[in-house]
Amino acid sequence: MDITKDAQQSTCEFDGKPVAPQLPGYRPDLSPTSEEYKQALELIHNSKRPVILAGHGIILSGAMDEVRAFAEKANIPVGLTLLGLGAFPASHPLSLGMMGMHGEAWLNTTIQEADLLLAFGMRFDDRVTGNLKTYAPNAKKIHIEIDRAEVNKNVKVDVALVGDLKGVLRELLPNLKSQDRHEWLAYIDRLKGDVAVRDIQGLPDNGHLYAAHVINDLWHETRDRDTIVVTDVGQHQMWEAQYYKHEKPRSLITSGGLGTMGFALPAAIGVKAARPEADVWVVVGDGGFQMTMCELATMVQEKLKVNIAIINNGYLGMIRQWQEFFYERNYEASPILSPNFVKLADAFGIRSVAVTQRSQVVPTVEMAHQHQGPVLIDFQVEQEDSVYPMVAAGASLHEMIRRPSPIVETAADA
Amino acid sequence: MLNTFVVHVENKPGVLTRVASLFRRRAFNIDSLTVGRTERPEVSRMTIVVDADRDQALRVEANLYKLVNVLLVENITGKPSICRDLAIIKVSAPHNERSHILEVVNVFRARVVDFDTDSLTIEMTGSEEKIDRLLKVLRPYGILEMVRTGVVAMRRGTKVQQEAAAAAAAGAPSNGTATVTSDDNVSYSV
Repeated sequence: MDITKDAQQSTCEFDGKPVAPQLPGYRPDLSPTSEEYKQALELIHNSKRPVILAGHGIILSGAMDEVRAFAEKANIPVGLTLLGLGAFPASHPLSLGMMGMHGEAWLNTTIQEADLLLAFGMRFDDRVTGNLKTYAPNAKKIHIEIDRAEVNKNVKVDVALVGDLKGVLRELLPNLKSQDRHEWLAYIDRLKGDVAVRDIQGLPDNGHLYAAHVINDLWHETRDRDTIVVTDVGQHQMWEAQYYKHEKPRSLITSGGLGTMGFALPAAIGVKAARPEADVWVVVGDGGFQMTMCELATMVQEKLKVNIAIINNGYLGMIRQWQEFFYERNYEASPILSPNFVKLADAFGIRSVAVTQRSQVVPTVEMAHQHQGPVLIDFQVEQEDSVYPMVAAGASLHEMIRRPSPIVETAADA
Repeated sequence: MLNTFVVHVENKPGVLTRVASLFRRRAFNIDSLTVGRTERPEVSRMTIVVDADRDQALRVEANLYKLVNVLLVENITGKPSICRDLAIIKVSAPHNERSHILEVVNVFRARVVDFDTDSLTIEMTGSEEKIDRLLKVLRPYGILEMVRTGVVAMRRGTKVQQEAAAAAAAGAPSNGTATVTSDDNVSYSV
């Protein structure tokens, strides 16, 4: 936004009446034809292995109830994009978690084996699809999307319903048949079981502090409150997306496809200003935090109670992970120096503590909750841990690099 | 396949940049682009020829509509329309070849607009294909200089796009009485 100097200084009459923006050319046709609705329903009713891909559009449209009613009526499981998290409750039996590059393995496999994808307010970003040539090869695709320019952009779809998601789903719901899909859902459950053995949450406390454990414990301690988590960009962001189970829309604020490092702290200040009654937690890496840590001053000056969890691993962790996987551990420019975050916070009058043991996580989060003012916690985590699973850039969605199982050797490891 | 779009835009500085930038960003390949004034001073008209398949053409249209300065987009490919390109061609014409060239000019219904001791300058208006053919015939004589405007186009028949006129009137803030309209069906968040 750029307001010219003369405009800033001139005077005018202010009548206080709101003025709607003028978009003379923007008259989109947002009413799909009855024929398109019919085609969509036919595809749904003929499908045996459907999956809903739930995106940010659900939240923007306010269609959470409609999506839930749709999924429950037709018995269709729901996978979410990063920005879709919260659009469908994570604890719902039909929820499959996040999809894509660092998505749940069972969900990526489910998408690849599906015979129908229902894309609700999402745009088939490359972080969601992997290699387009091999993406969901046997699936028909239905795209419900308000922006016509997104249709057939990355993935060619069979039926596109261009319109507001909430309205479109309300049109579809009365004619949607309730179908039994227990075979498909049982199959997905088995996939989940295979994945569980690799889950880092199953790893016993070995004295090391893992970021995934920090996130998990943070979720446990804050889930019963009105909590909004604001994440930055990188490994911590993916761990948060995997292990913080979002039940409500807008309980996760993250920069999504823009991938803006340094986003979390300033964004959290805005969140707290807009929602003073909510508990606001910043989850940020040591790299991203240093890009905008000057905003600590704003936070203190405006007396905003924001809790900051720095996931500090001494690296630009996601870069380090790529260098480990694809560049033979040639760690170029990814190890980074940080100041003593506790002393830094102290200089601003922010209560602060460093955490190095898992046993300290819960009490520290509890302390942050009790303390009146802002709190900064420096979680000094395992330095060379990686986010799993991972679909390498350009690989097919089902070709995932999996966490080497610490618990049992599975057939895939042999 | 070449698609021809007629795009009505607000006549304001920076609009051409926005349109061109959109095509660059989305990697749509512009074959030709012309801009000019119209019967309404507040509206400029672009004719854009783009190499695109059917899906891409639909996305070109949808993306253009997302620009705030775009009032109306019409893909006139395959519809009855007048598409014209103008070329000025300076061709080498020594004394002994001059009559041959003039014959070509006549056959193509082109016009000679400048005469010099050893060159002729020819003006030709027509479809792109016709100008291509004239150029092919003239090439052996030696083309010294050539410029083409790119296609300008208009639908045939009496019917004009009424929405454009209405929208342009509603959108012209210069009349000082811009009316406040709020349409609940329209999302302004795009």
